[in-house]
Amino acid sequence: MLGGCGWRYSAAVAGLVAASESSVPRQVFENPVFDPPLTELDRRVYPELEKLGVRPVLCSDAVFLRRLYIDVLGTLPDPAEVEAFLADTNANKRAEWIERALERPEFADYWAMKWGDLLKIKAEFPVNLWPNAAQAYHRWVVESLRNNKPYDRFVREMLVANGSNFRVGPVNFYRAVQNRTPEGWASAVALAFMGTRTDAWPSNRLAGMAAFSSEIAIKPTKELKEEIICWDPDRTLTAGGTNAPPPGPRQAELPDGTVVELRGDRDPREVFADWLTTPTNAWFATAIANRVWSWLMGRGIAHEPDDLRPDNPPSIPALLRPPGAETVGSKFDLRHLIRLILCSRTWQHSSVASAADLARMEGRFAFYPMRRLDAEVLIDAINKVTGTAELYTSPIHEPFTFVQETKIAVSLPDGSITSPFLELFGRPPRATGMENERSNRPIPAQWMHLLNSSHIQRKIETSPRLAAIVSTGRPPRDIACALYLAALSRPPTEAELVRIEEYARRGVARGRELWNDVLWALLNSDEFVYRH
Amino acid sequence: MKRQPIRRRGGLTRRQALRQGALGAAAIVVGERLAAPARADAPATPPPEAKARSVIQVFLWGGMSHSDTWDPKPDAGHDYTGQFNRVIKTNVDGIVLSDLFPQLARQADKFSIIRGMTHGNNGHETAAYLMQTGHMPGERLAYPSIGAVFALFKGYQAGYKGLIPPYVVLTRPQGRFSEAGFLGSKFKPFATGGDPNAQRFEVEGVIARGISDARQQARRELLGAVNALPQAASDHPELTLSAECRDQAYDLILGEGKAVFDLSKEDPKLRERYGRHTFGQSCLVARRLVEAGVPYVVINYPGGWDTHSNHFQTMQRQCPQLDQGLASLLQDLHDRGLLSTTIVWCCGEFGRTPKVDWQPPWNGGRNHYGKVNSVVVAGGGFKGGCVVGATDKKGEEVVDRPVYPIDLLGSIYELAGIDPDAQLPHPLGYDARVLAPGEAGAKSTGRLKEIM
Repeated sequence: MLGGCGWRYSAAVAGLVAASESSVPRQVFENPVFDPPLTELDRRVYPELEKLGVRPVLCSDAVFLRRLYIDVLGTLPDPAEVEAFLADTNANKRAEWIERALERPEFADYWAMKWGDLLKIKAEFPVNLWPNAAQAYHRWVVESLRNNKPYDRFVREMLVANGSNFRVGPVNFYRAVQNRTPEGWASAVALAFMGTRTDAWPSNRLAGMAAFSSEIAIKPTKELKEEIICWDPDRTLTAGGTNAPPPGPRQAELPDGTVVELRGDRDPREVFADWLTTPTNAWFATAIANRVWSWLMGRGIAHEPDDLRPDNPPSIPALLRPPGAETVGSKFDLRHLIRLILCSRTWQHSSVASAADLARMEGRFAFYPMRRLDAEVLIDAINKVTGTAELYTSPIHEPFTFVQETKIAVSLPDGSITSPFLELFGRPPRATGMENERSNRPIPAQWMHLLNSSHIQRKIETSPRLAAIVSTGRPPRDIACALYLAALSRPPTEAELVRIEEYARRGVARGRELWNDVLWALLNSDEFVYRH
Repeated sequence: MKRQPIRRRGGLTRRQALRQGALGAAAIVVGERLAAPARADAPATPPPEAKARSVIQVFLWGGMSHSDTWDPKPDAGHDYTGQFNRVIKTNVDGIVLSDLFPQLARQADKFSIIRGMTHGNNGHETAAYLMQTGHMPGERLAYPSIGAVFALFKGYQAGYKGLIPPYVVLTRPQGRFSEAGFLGSKFKPFATGGDPNAQRFEVEGVIARGISDARQQARRELLGAVNALPQAASDHPELTLSAECRDQAYDLILGEGKAVFDLSKEDPKLRERYGRHTFGQSCLVARRLVEAGVPYVVINYPGGWDTHSNHFQTMQRQCPQLDQGLASLLQDLHDRGLLSTTIVWCCGEFGRTPKVDWQPPWNGGRNHYGKVNSVVVAGGGFKGGCVVGATDKKGEEVVDRPVYPIDLLGSIYELAGIDPDAQLPHPLGYDARVLAPGEAGAKSTGRLKEIM
C-alpha cells in the first residue's frame, strides 16, 4: 500500500511537527525558552543549584504532558489530548492541566497501587490477607484517595480499626504483617507512617512503642478465614496466646521518649494515633512529604524514603525544614502536596543529562530522573497503544478470583492477582512494605520479552488500534504521525519521518507488516519504556 | 553511609541454637554444625569442593502420591492401594517400584530414593516454599528458592559466562511464590514458555514466530534509527544500562546461543526415547542446557499432581510420561558422562494421603500429606541404588531416617560447592543465610551422607 501513496504530509498535523529539519533530538525533549517563575519549593532547591553553577532547562510541552499522565495517573495521554495540549496557547496551561489530571478517576487507582505496595495488599504468600480481605482493604484505600481523605485521618482509621477483615478494610493493616506481635506491628507502623526502620532504633524504643499494640486481639469466626481485629484490654481473647502481656497498668513509651501509662480504659492504639497524627509531630509530616516527593521525583529528599534517621540527612535540608510544613499547612491534603510538587519548576526539569552532570549533582534534583516505567504502567501502556488486553489470574481457589480482561494492571486490587509480565518486570512481592521492593532495574530477559516475545508480538500483529489507523487509507506520513502520538505522545520530527521512509524503501516489510515494524520500534524505544 | 548488617538470628550461642532448632536426633547434627567457630568472627571458609556442576530439578507441582509410585505398599489393602497394587523389581536387588515405572526400574542403579522425606506442611504454597528454600514459611523474610541461590552463587557474579541465563525454568514458572524472594527480579528464573514438543520450540523472547533473522536485524537497525532519547542523552547511565541489556538480549535473539533450544539437531531416535510429549522433550532440553553449562534447570511438570479426585486416571496418564522422560534423562546423562556432574532431583511439595478417600466429592482421591513424601535424587555426587529411610506398612509414618527439607537442600548445596551457611545479600542487610537450621520449628537430621 505504500507504493500507491506518496509521502504527503497532512496539513492538520504539520504544525505539530518540530520545525527544525536538522533533527536535534534535544528539542523534542526540552524547551530552553520556557522560564516560569520560581515557586516556594523551587526557592529551596535553586540556591543549591546556583552553588553548582547550573540553571536547569525545563522539559518540552510534549514531555510535560506525558510525564504528568504517567506520574499522576499511571497512564498515557490520548492522542487527542496531546494535540489539544500542544495547541493550547494559554500561558498558564501547565498548571491548568495539572489541575485537571488531579481530578481524573485514574488518580485514585494509580495512587492506590502505590499504597497497595506499602500496605502489602495481597491475598496470599507471604502476608496471606485472603482474597476478600484484600479486596475490602483495596476498596477502602481507593475510596479514601478518591475522596481525598485527609492523610492524618487515613492513617488514623487504619491504626485504630476494629472489625472483620472482610468488612472493615483498614483492619487489614494489622493482618498484612507477617510478624503479628506487638513488636512486629510497631515496626510496620514505623516503616509505613514514620518512614523509619526500627532495626536502626535504640533497642528500648521499639519495646516502648510495641506496648501500644499489645492489646490487639485477632479472633477467628465461623466463616472461613474471617478474623475480627479488636481491642482486647482484658486479654480474654488472647489468653494463652503468644502476645499476652503482664496484667495491670503498664508503661508505654512514645518514640519521642514520652512515657505513657496504660490503664486499660482507652485503646492504647488511640493514644498512639493521637500522638502520631499531631500536626506538630515531625516524624509524621516529614515522612509523608518525603515519600510523596520520592514517588514523583525518583528519590527522597532523605533517601531512601523509608529510612529516615539522624545519620541519613536530607540532600537539601531546606526542603524538609520546617518539617513537612506544606503537608501540615494544608491539613494533610495529599492532592495539595502533589500539586505543589507538580507545579514547581523542579518537577518540570528536563531529564536529558550527561553521566558527568548526574554524578556531580546527585540528590540536587537538577534533572528529572529517568526510570523505567513500573511493570503495571508499562503493560497498561502497551495495551492502550495496541488496543489489546491482558489476562490476570490468581492461583487461589476459594473463592476463585476472576479478573475481567479489560481490567488495567494499575487497578489490580491484590498482589496475588498477577501475570508473567508483571512478575518479569519487577512488580513488588508486597512482602515487606519497603520502597525498594519494586525493582525497575532492567535485566536482559525483560528486553528479550519486549523485543521478541510472542506476547508482545501478538499484541502488535493483532492490534485493532493499528488496524484502524492503517485502514483509514491515510497517507503514510499521517499514519506514522498517528503512531507517534499514540505511543510517544508527540508528533514525529521530519528527520524521524525520513528514517521511516528509508526503512519502507528497504522493502523488508510491506503494508501492515511495515507498520507492525514501526510500532514495534516505537514500543521498544527508550522514550516509550522510560519515564523521562 | 553503609550500615552494618543487623543480626536477627545470627550470633546465637550454641546453647540457644540447640534450644531453638534442635529436637531429638537433630540436636546432634545441628550441634556439629555450630561447633565451627562462631559465625560473627569466622574467617571466610573456602567453599566445599564442588562435585556437581549443574542441577536439574523436576518439580511435580500439586504433590505426587508417594505410595502409588516410589514407596509402594502393595499389601496395605484395597482401601490404601486402590487399583495400584502391583510392583516391579528394579535392577537393584531389594528395591521395588510401583509398576507404573518400568523404565525407571531399569535405571535404579543410577538414582536413590529418599522415602523418609517429611515436613508436615499440607499447604501447597507453604510446602513448595519449604521444599525449595529450606526455610520455614512462618519466618518474616521471603527467602529465594534454591534455583535463585544457584543463580547468585553460580551465575554471572560468580564468573558464569553463558548467554543462557543461569536459572532456567521449563516451560512455565510456578508463580505461587516469588521464587527470587528478597534477592529480587534479577534472580528470577528465565521461563522458556513455548512447547519443546512442538514443531519449533518457540522460546519466549528468543525465537519468534514469523520473524526471519534478516527482518530481526532490519528491525534492530530501525529501532536504532528512531530511538530518540539516547540520541539526545547519549551517556545517561539509565540509558546505557538499557542499551547493555538490549545488546545482551540480541546476543541470544540473533546469536548462536539459541541453538541450544533447537531440538531438530537431536537424533530423532533419541527424541522418541525421551517421549514425544512436552515433559519428555523438556527433559531433553534440560540435558542440552546442562551441556551448555547452565547451572540450574527446573522442569515444572506440565500437568498437576493435585489429585484430590480423578486420582487413578491422572496417575495412569501422567506416570508413564514421567517414567519415560526421567529414565531417559538419567540414561542419556550417563551415556554422555554428564551424570557425575549433574544432580537430578524429583519430587512434589508433599506426598498424598496413603488411604484413598472414597467419599464424595473425591470418589477415589488422595489429599495433601506433608508427613511423608518420596524424593528421587541422582548424579552429581549422589550415589545410586540406595533407599534412604522407610515408612510404615501403609506409608503413613516415617519409621526410619526422617529427612527434612534442610537436609536435602543442604546436601545439594554441599555437592555443588555452595556453603549452606553463606550470607545472602538482603536489601536491608539482615543476617540471612542460604539455610538457617535455627529457625523456629525447623528440624534436621543431617545431610544425606549415606548416599554422598
